Amino acid sequence: MSDSTAIANGAPAEAQHEHPPYQRHHFASVEQQADTTNFAMWLFLLTEVMFFGGLFTAYLIMRNWYYQPFVDASHQLSIFWGTANTAVLIASSFTMAMAVWSAEVRRKGTLLLFLCLTLVFGFIFLGIKGIEWHEKWEKHHIPGEHYSVQSFVNPQSDPEVYKEYHDAPLPADAAQKTVEYFFLYFAMTGMHALHMVIGVGILIFMIFRARSGAYTTGHVTFVENFGLYWHFVDIIWIYLFALLYLISRH
Amino acid sequence: MSEQHEQQHHIVSPATYAMVFFSLLVGTALTVLASYFDLGEWHIAPGLTLFWNPVVALAIATTKMMLVVLFFMHVKYSPKLTKLTVASGLFMFLVLVGMTLADYFTRAWGRW
Repeated sequence: MSDSTAIANGAPAEAQHEHPPYQRHHFASVEQQADTTNFAMWLFLLTEVMFFGGLFTAYLIMRNWYYQPFVDASHQLSIFWGTANTAVLIASSFTMAMAVWSAEVRRKGTLLLFLCLTLVFGFIFLGIKGIEWHEKWEKHHIPGEHYSVQSFVNPQSDPEVYKEYHDAPLPADAAQKTVEYFFLYFAMTGMHALHMVIGVGILIFMIFRARSGAYTTGHVTFVENFGLYWHFVDIIWIYLFALLYLISRH
Repeated sequence: MSEQHEQQHHIVSPATYAMVFFSLLVGTALTVLASYFDLGEWHIAPGLTLFWNPVVALAIATTKMMLVVLFFMHVKYSPKLTKLTVASGLFMFLVLVGMTLADYFTRAWGRW
């Protein structure tokens, strides 16, 4: 039964309520409502693709222009932490997908478990990112007044990186271009981390709502669309990992 | 009408999610492994060289992205409108990036 039937019968639509309380009256059915919100979420994510796309494009252009400084600068990143964080984020995407499934089959306990696991993985990711950023801070690799090109004009002064890559010293002007790499590195990972922080905030909100049974009544749209957001953030990281950490090793 | 809609909300099984999760981990391991080898390069023309390492890294990343989009993000089970929107969005993105890079990467051609 739909609203249109009610209208055809001449009865006020308000009085009927033959649909679940979470269905808005301007939708013909719950399915239509779900499809519409889902579609809108995808439109939002596509604007996000364009937003991050600008950063990725800037990175690719700069890397092409200042190839050697970008390669040497990327050798400063830790493959170990990068790989660990990729695994953590993939795991969080999996637990988020499982949270959506739990909501769909209306299991409140499992939903809470998976939302909490996703939250924990989100925090681990941000923690590891913090460790990496802190290392850049200590080595004066944060663009700004205190930036140091020491690791690039004299690679042997940075034995940990030198023993793995044996980079040749860069001339002073080229070494200065490593700033561009770190500027983009912080812009991209920072913007990604900001998305993670927002995601973590929404996750905490969802955990409270899920405890009172909000998502296990058959109305899973919010969990589902948040899942889309979380997976999108995961995808951005997959590309960041490839472009920032991996492609400059050889 | 209701029969048509009932099929629309497809619940993806935990087994599928677990398979995708496993594949993503394997993909991550592969891409890290590949980065430890010099995969060589292809001299297409003077001044135009294709390095295989970034190509492989991006190919694996794109495979992982497709897995996430199709299964975790349910696009495989979504209405055609969603599929079309996602595909056209990615296509538009590739056009914008591709055109921009084609411009920047070829500006110096023939000047040496």
